[in-house]
Order: sequence, then structure tokens, then C-alpha cells
Amino acid sequence: MAILELRDLSLTLGGRRILDNLTADFWEGHVHAVVGPNGAGKSTLASTIMGLGGYRDYSGDIIFEGQSLKDLSIDERARLGVTLAWQEPARFEGISVRDFLRATAKDKSEQSVRDVLDAVGMKPDEYLSRAVDKTLSGGERKKIELASILAMRPKFVMLDEPDSGIDVASLQRIFDALAAFKNIGSTVIMITHSLTVLKHAEHAFLMCCGKIVEKGNIDKMQVFFEQNCIPCDHKNRPDVMAR
Amino acid sequence: MNIEKIISEANIHAVMHDPGAARLVIDLNKVMDKNAVPGLEVFPEEHSEGVNVKIILRKDTIVEKPVHLCFGVSHQTAVQKINMDVTIETGAKIDIIAHCIFPDSKDVQHIMDAVIRLGEGARYSYFEKHIHNPMGGIQVYPKARIFVGKSARFKTDFELIRGRVGIIDIDYEIECEDNSSLEMTAKVSGKADDVIKIRETGLLKGRSSRGVLNSRVAVRDFAVAHIYNKLTATAPYARGHVDCKEIIQDNASASAIPIVEVKHPKAHITHEAAIGSVDNKQLETLMARGLTEDQAVELIIDGLLA
Repeated sequence: MAILELRDLSLTLGGRRILDNLTADFWEGHVHAVVGPNGAGKSTLASTIMGLGGYRDYSGDIIFEGQSLKDLSIDERARLGVTLAWQEPARFEGISVRDFLRATAKDKSEQSVRDVLDAVGMKPDEYLSRAVDKTLSGGERKKIELASILAMRPKFVMLDEPDSGIDVASLQRIFDALAAFKNIGSTVIMITHSLTVLKHAEHAFLMCCGKIVEKGNIDKMQVFFEQNCIPCDHKNRPDVMAR
Repeated sequence: MNIEKIISEANIHAVMHDPGAARLVIDLNKVMDKNAVPGLEVFPEEHSEGVNVKIILRKDTIVEKPVHLCFGVSHQTAVQKINMDVTIETGAKIDIIAHCIFPDSKDVQHIMDAVIRLGEGARYSYFEKHIHNPMGGIQVYPKARIFVGKSARFKTDFELIRGRVGIIDIDYEIECEDNSSLEMTAKVSGKADDVIKIRETGLLKGRSSRGVLNSRVAVRDFAVAHIYNKLTATAPYARGHVDCKEIIQDNASASAIPIVEVKHPKAHITHEAAIGSVDNKQLETLMARGLTEDQAVELIIDGLLA
């Protein structure tokens, strides 16, 4: 059963069509991947689903649990259970990790906040009082962002390039968080061009030039991606699109 | 006079009953309470419009507990002039918390004029917390001239984030000798027709002296903020940074003039200034977690002023 449906979704920015008539179903409780080369429209798709500024003037529709998101603001979509983890998380001067997590957590207890930090492999005693600012590395902020999303217990979470800025040792923590999302019943979309990340999904969509050009299980998509996309010299040119 | 109200707002009940905690409590031009500790000499002198306060911390004295200075005006209409003359002698160390409380002001001026001298190797930290009422009938004019001796450390934090600002016009000048350091931070939140002026100038004239001037200001409604921070380095290996961040909302306006001046080839000063509405990525991140726009803005501003 689809928890989120894209229906003929198109978005034009600066005269260029970035999302081109996308139709897709994202199944409830599954881990999906949206793969494709840089510029394919993957992050734009996530921004559009989230309703970020500059990504709201789309045609077609996005249906979440049977309800159109068309007229809903970012926070209204979030309160329905839709959320997004940015590729490069924001910094928050003066806001402690504790306050940041509590601000949006469903369960605001100290134990709950400690648990979500544990889940992403961060020691609560070491991090709770630190600020979510430039004193944290990009990887640390990324894990804290994941912890904040775990704390809100979303129904539908989009992870934009979850492995970017993450060292090899920490990558497993990201996948642990992925398992935690699955455990709480979240549907996950991972935006990625990494085969390592792709392997942790159950189902994938391949985007090129703003279109979904292929979809299927991971084994099929991995082969397709390796054979058609990685060697392709004509990234995101509709006239030579790989299909 | 409602001294209890001032003590309550300052939350210093425990301090008032602690013989080991130095304190001075003033309501307008009356000294309501005073306690000193060995090595710390406090000489308040009342006059018609306020109090002259002379403070001397004797050589090598380390005051273990923070010293509380409570400058309040419980009246609705008044002019309070506080003249401070502070000497921290060689090797001495003190932390001061100043509570400036104006619970019922409708037309109150609080004028502070301070001269502060730090001897060699002295340490001085001063946290000035203003608690104003929501009506805004107050004008605050803190002025200080500060001299930081060799290897001394001077740190001050000014905070006015509760109640209405009214008008505040900060004017601090500071000079640093060899190997000394200064760090000044001002955090102010203005609303309605509040006016915020901050003028801080530092002169790093000593070899290897260090200086940081930080300003964090949030203004909304029709409030106005003008920040002028200047740091000058004239000695070798002097290092400094000027950092100003202002968030504006509604019809508020803000200006920042960070000036860095270097007069020695081996000195180095940097600056950073940012004025604008709330950062969009911060806002969208919090909204994507379910906070409304107003809740997200409040959290971001709280963080800036934390």
C-alpha cells in the first residue's frame, strides 16, 4: 500500500524543467532509494515533497495517506509525519543538542533524548550540552539531525545523501538509524548516488533528467545503475537520456 | 521602596543570607545592603541621584564566590547615576554578577559611568544582567573605560533579553597591555520602539594581547539597533576578532559597523558581521520537524541570545 504517491509531478525552476511528470508510489514501511547522477532532480524531489520555499509551485500532486499536500506548509506536512534530513544540516548557534532534540521530540523526556542519541552512536553525556553549531563536525551534525528525526517518530522520512560527510566508521551508525526508522514503522526514502547506500534499500527509483527512468528491486537497479548510469557520458541531457 | 521585589527579581535570596558572599544592593540612591569579604573593599557613597562606588580588590586576593552587585530602581520615575571606580590589583581574581532591575519604571534613567583598572595578571569577569519590565519606560546609559594590565584577563557579558529595552546606549572603551586579553559580549533583544546602541572599542596596544568583541542582537516590531564595534591593534602578535550578528523581524532595522584597524605588520584582526532575518535553512529545518514558523523563530532567537 502506498503511503505517498506522486501524480504527474512537474516543477520548473528558472525556465528549466527539473521534475518532469513524475508518477510513483512509495510503499508504507519500506526503505526506498532514489538514485541517479548529480543534477537528476533527486534532491529537488525531496524538497518538493517537503514543500520548501521555492519548490512549491509544482503541477500535478503529491498525495500522503490519501491527502493532497498541495496547500500545506512545511510544518503542516511535518505534523502529518513527513520530514527531511538535509544533505548538509543547518547549524544552530546557542542551541544545545538537548534543546534541539527536545524541541521536536514526541517524547521530551531526558531518557528519550538520550536514547535517540545512543541510536545514532553518540554518547549523550558527551553531546547533550554542546551546541549544534560549527564546533560540531559535519558528520556529527548529520547524526544529530538523524537523532532529531528519530525523536519525532515520523511516518515518512527522506534522507538526502545520508552518507555524505560521514566517515567509514560512522557509516554503519547511519545504517543503524535506518534500521531504527524501520523498527518504528517509518517509510524511508534515501536520496543517493552511492551503491553502498543503495544496497540498504528494498526498492529503488532511478532518476535522470527529472524523470523516473527505471524502478525495481535493488538487485535489478544496482546492475542497471552500474551498467547504464556510471559509464554514461551524457548526464542529464534529455536528448541522450539512457533509455 | 520595594527592595524585596528587586531581590526577588535578581533571585539572590540565598546570597543575601550568605556571609561568605560579597554583595552590594542599591535602590536608586540608597545602599540597602552591603557585605564584603577579606581582601575586597567596597566603599559606597550615596548622593542625591545615585551612588558612587569604589571597589578595590587587594593584591593576589582571589574571591571564591561571585560578587553580586544589585542596581535597582523600584520607583516609577527617577534618574539613577552610578559612578564606579574599580581597581583589581596585581594577581587578584574576581567574578562579578551585576543585576540591573527596574520592575516598575515608567520614566527611569539608569546612568552608569565606570572606570576599571586591572593590575598585572589580574582576572576580572563581569556579567551584567538587565531585567526590565514590559512597558519600556527606561533609558540605560552604561559607559566604561577599562585598562587591562600586563597578562591580565578582562571578560564582560551584557545581557538584556527580558522585558522591554526602552533605550540602551552602551559605550565601552578598553585598552590592553602586553599578553592581556579582553572579551566583551553583548546580547540584547528589542521590540516595539526600543532603541539599541552599542559602541565598543578595543585597543590592543600590548604585545601578544588578545581581543574579541561579540554582539548578538535581535530586533522586532519597530525596534532599531546600531552596533559599532572597533578593534585596533598596534603591537606585534596582537590578535583580535569582531563578531556581530543581528536578526531582524517585522519592521525593525539594524546596522552594524565593525571596524578593524591594524597598525603593526605582525598584528592580525578579523571581523564578521551578519544582519538579516532568521536563516532560512534553520527555519525550514525546524519547520520540517513540525514546529510552526513562530515557534521556530523563537527557538532560533533564543539560541542566538543564549
